[in-house]
Amino acid sequence: MVEKNGASSIDTPKRFVRLRQFLGDIPLLAWLFGGLISVLVETQVGDALASLLGLPKVPVLFGCVLALKHPLLLPGALAYVSVIYIATIVLVGKITARPFNLLAEKMIQWPIVIPVAIHLITLYAIMHVWSDISLYRELTLKLTLIAIMLTLSLNIINGYMGEFSCSHPGFMSLGAYGASAIMVLFFVNDRLFGKALLPEALGPFFFPIALILGGVAAALGALLIAIPSFKTRGDYLAIISLAFMFIVKSLFENLQFMGGARGIKGQPDLANLPTVFIWLVICVWVINNFVRSTMGKALNAVRDDEMAAEAMTVNTRRTKMVAFLFAAFWAGVAGGLFAHTVRFINPNTFGVQRLAEVLAMVYFGGLNSVYGSIVGAVSLNLLSEMLRPLALFKWIIIPLLLILIMIYRPTGLVAFKEFDVRKLIQPKHKSEKEV
Amino acid sequence: MQLFFQNLINALQWGSFYALIALGYSMVYGILMLFNFAHGDIFMVGAYIGFGVATGLTALAAMGALALPNWVILVLTILISMFLTSFVGMLVERIGYRPLREAPRASAAITGLMIGIILETGNLAILGAQRIRFPSLIKSTTYDLGGVFVTNKKIMIVVVSLVLMLALNEFIRRTRWGMAMRAMAFDYVVIPLMGVPLNTIASLTFALGSGLAAAAGILFAIAYPVLDPYIGIIYGWKAFVAAILGGRGSIKGACLAGFLLGFIEIFVGAYMPSTVRDLIAYSIILLILVFRPHGFFGEPHSAKLRL
Repeated sequence: MVEKNGASSIDTPKRFVRLRQFLGDIPLLAWLFGGLISVLVETQVGDALASLLGLPKVPVLFGCVLALKHPLLLPGALAYVSVIYIATIVLVGKITARPFNLLAEKMIQWPIVIPVAIHLITLYAIMHVWSDISLYRELTLKLTLIAIMLTLSLNIINGYMGEFSCSHPGFMSLGAYGASAIMVLFFVNDRLFGKALLPEALGPFFFPIALILGGVAAALGALLIAIPSFKTRGDYLAIISLAFMFIVKSLFENLQFMGGARGIKGQPDLANLPTVFIWLVICVWVINNFVRSTMGKALNAVRDDEMAAEAMTVNTRRTKMVAFLFAAFWAGVAGGLFAHTVRFINPNTFGVQRLAEVLAMVYFGGLNSVYGSIVGAVSLNLLSEMLRPLALFKWIIIPLLLILIMIYRPTGLVAFKEFDVRKLIQPKHKSEKEV
Repeated sequence: MQLFFQNLINALQWGSFYALIALGYSMVYGILMLFNFAHGDIFMVGAYIGFGVATGLTALAAMGALALPNWVILVLTILISMFLTSFVGMLVERIGYRPLREAPRASAAITGLMIGIILETGNLAILGAQRIRFPSLIKSTTYDLGGVFVTNKKIMIVVVSLVLMLALNEFIRRTRWGMAMRAMAFDYVVIPLMGVPLNTIASLTFALGSGLAAAAGILFAIAYPVLDPYIGIIYGWKAFVAAILGGRGSIKGACLAGFLLGFIEIFVGAYMPSTVRDLIAYSIILLILVFRPHGFFGEPHSAKLRL
């Protein structure tokens, strides 16, 4: 019955229609369940399968690194990935589609918190099991999650507000330095700040406060840009924010009590996977609600036509200011998490290179969309880790890819798409209904 | 007092690099309303092309195939490199900016940024990570003017850059092409309807800007003969800020702001620890921009990013 429907469509290639219909009735929860099963299978039989296929160890990042280093192992890596991930997920998803569809139908009537919590817990379980296999996986995953926060917060300014801000590394470094200074001052015996002032056991409780203070520091910095920038229109913000970024970098290079050019190291190891994940969930939730609120819609109105928005009683200056500070706050929080993940920061971490990276993620994924930021951050982060064996040529391939994306989809891959949780978790019965 | 004049000379030299690079940014921004983030790297490519041309010419001269005095070789190097680099600029426009003319301007800025990264990495991949010594084309002689030491290189650098700036100014003001460019800066939606080819003017703008960047690159390499692929990032971004400070599309403004930036950097470096140089330079620029939002010679315009 699936094939019959596939034949009726003329526009799209037949294969893809069939594939889409074959996979279309799997609800999100069944996908997640399939993912969970596949990572569990990997922990059980991964080593055995890898040695069977002639691989030296379990492929860490989907076999890409391995295949690029030793091209002869490519078939083995491909087989590994398709057996462990693709086949298992599709098989489990397809088998469990019916019960999970029934479950999803029930869940959609419950208060939204419960199904969302179930999905998130499953998602976290997948990440936890997947990253348990190697430390490298865990680090990559944490950095990817932090990159999502950064991208999302820049998307508020560059996508939803339609300005061009270059100051994100600056906000990030304000947050990173703020949070690190607090944590190192209170909980670590350090050459820079002296003895720890509080017992180390209190660290995890103070960590969120430190992150929030870091975010507030970033927002205060943003205020310095926002006050002069939003008086006039035009490309003003781009220049002011660029200058601000350089000023912040140079400031931290000169603040000797903050470590100067050598930076701060030895932050307590508190940004573990659950912490980062929880912060990311809060960030996505708050930002998604913000952009879908009246304020978010006002922001879009300001972007499309500031004068018309003003005529429609939108307080344009206030709207822009609030959005800018809000974005800066989240960039600061992401910076704090970043500092505690890599546990070493110096002013050079937050230079032009970081700016190019964040901008690339925003424009690759898509403007004005939460999906887009997630897609952009995850794909560019994973891509740059996977292409690591290519060394220099990585920095030719990724920019080329971005140029092509910009030429063929100037607003990014998934632009202007609303992130609707209800739509995401609803049961997928379409193909059955149609028949 | 001597120290002051010494620094003045240094600042003139330092500012002429910024001014020449800023001109390229300013022209592209004025005419096409684009941030050409690849321009700093075109400056770097220009310096490397200059290195190639200079090495080739001096080798030819050493073999006796080309019996020319050193200053002729220098002039030839600058002219040939400007010519070659202008094609790099046109290529960048063709690949990175022309397909995106209808797209949001921010997207074009991203392609520029990415082309810049490709140029840097390509350079690293081709020439390797070691730094390159630029051949010394002219012998350095030092003149003592009452305690102020001036080298002939410094005089040459300042004179050549002033000549180039004046030439550009004359070109823009007196020729038909220059008139077309000014018209395009005035309104690039209507002017093409009057029969002025937008694509040609865009290419010309990039070619001129890149040629000037190449000249800046060679002059920079003569003053500081060690090249590495990242000089474009360091000086390009600063020149970009200077270009905006000068005002949209204003040749005068870009030159003035470039020299101002050079003065600030040299004098801060002379009287204060050099680590605070960027901090003070950017803070002054920020302050100027707060009180003169459209730069020195810019006029208010509604240049909202088209998204």
